[in-house]
Amino acid sequence: MRARADLHIHTVLSPCGDLDMSPRNIVRAAREKGLDIIGIADHNCTRQAGVIQELGRENGLFVLAGAEVTTAEEAHCLAFFPTGEALERFQAFLDQHLPPIPNNPDKFGYQVAVNAEEEIVHEEPYLLISALDASIETVEQTVHGLGGIFIPAHIDKPAYSILSQLGFVPPDLTCDALEISPRSSRERITAEHPYLATYAFTTASDAHYVEDIGKVYTELLLPDFSFEAIRQALRQGIPSTSKI
Amino acid sequence: MKVQDLITRLGLTVHSGKEGLEREVTGGYTSDLLSDVMGHAKEGDAWVTLQTHKNIMAIASLKDLAAIIVVKGHVPEEDTTAESEKEGIPILTTREETFEITGRLYELLKSEQIV
Repeated sequence: MRARADLHIHTVLSPCGDLDMSPRNIVRAAREKGLDIIGIADHNCTRQAGVIQELGRENGLFVLAGAEVTTAEEAHCLAFFPTGEALERFQAFLDQHLPPIPNNPDKFGYQVAVNAEEEIVHEEPYLLISALDASIETVEQTVHGLGGIFIPAHIDKPAYSILSQLGFVPPDLTCDALEISPRSSRERITAEHPYLATYAFTTASDAHYVEDIGKVYTELLLPDFSFEAIRQALRQGIPSTSKI
Repeated sequence: MKVQDLITRLGLTVHSGKEGLEREVTGGYTSDLLSDVMGHAKEGDAWVTLQTHKNIMAIASLKDLAAIIVVKGHVPEEDTTAESEKEGIPILTTREETFEITGRLYELLKSEQIV
């Protein structure tokens, strides 16, 4: 079957995520846009993903739970996990490596996690947009050690991308795919960086507002809706990408 | 001016790549975005950065930079160090911040009429 995936969505938990990005609103918007799979990727924190996964399950939406990690080099990378246990262990890794710089909600925005009823159940004290004190290799190896999916995010962006921070994708870094932003395309990026032609690509909305969910998506050919099937489909060369 | 002269005049520590201490310094560049360094640093530059990832060595080699100066007491990673030894391009370290060491590097190169 062909499935539509938008694997880069922020929630109310990200300081820059709109307060309307609640579990219910995200799941509803994803279904309305015809998405089958979404990825929840808040900055350096996984604590909103579980509720959305649960709500997705009740509403026929497959939800990958993870985070958008800021590595020590300030390269943003998506990480998703196959089980709740792996997700918890990765959260412990994030807690260990995020510098304890207090958030200032007036300047950066609120960092709250909510339940399905949109009641605040948790507030992250430390600024989530800081960089972890862990290298991109350490993050990649930790993610794969937990059976996760690792995708450098919006690699075409002039800041906070693996290409802007490191100049090129280190050849020994294992990437399940490379994400390109809605502003670029596989053709454009491989014309500029021919060595990337051997990588698999995905595109995603990087939505911070409800209306941006599913703005672009990646079409995956799947035998079934499972974490492993999604990983295999992502790795299988070149998914077709489309705009709604 | 040689890399060795920079070390003496600026009080830098040699971390690795001793073989390259006689390399000629013909300018300086300061940036932590490796894409920017790849695009704009010039051959013979001494490059000031806080990045320690091994890609810094690939870029130093590609651009034929004189040396890398790593700031704030950051310690280059093991594979970065190994590349520096292999390429013979020195990595120098300082406890100073980017602002200070860049200012002093600029003053030094200017006083020698290099920039």
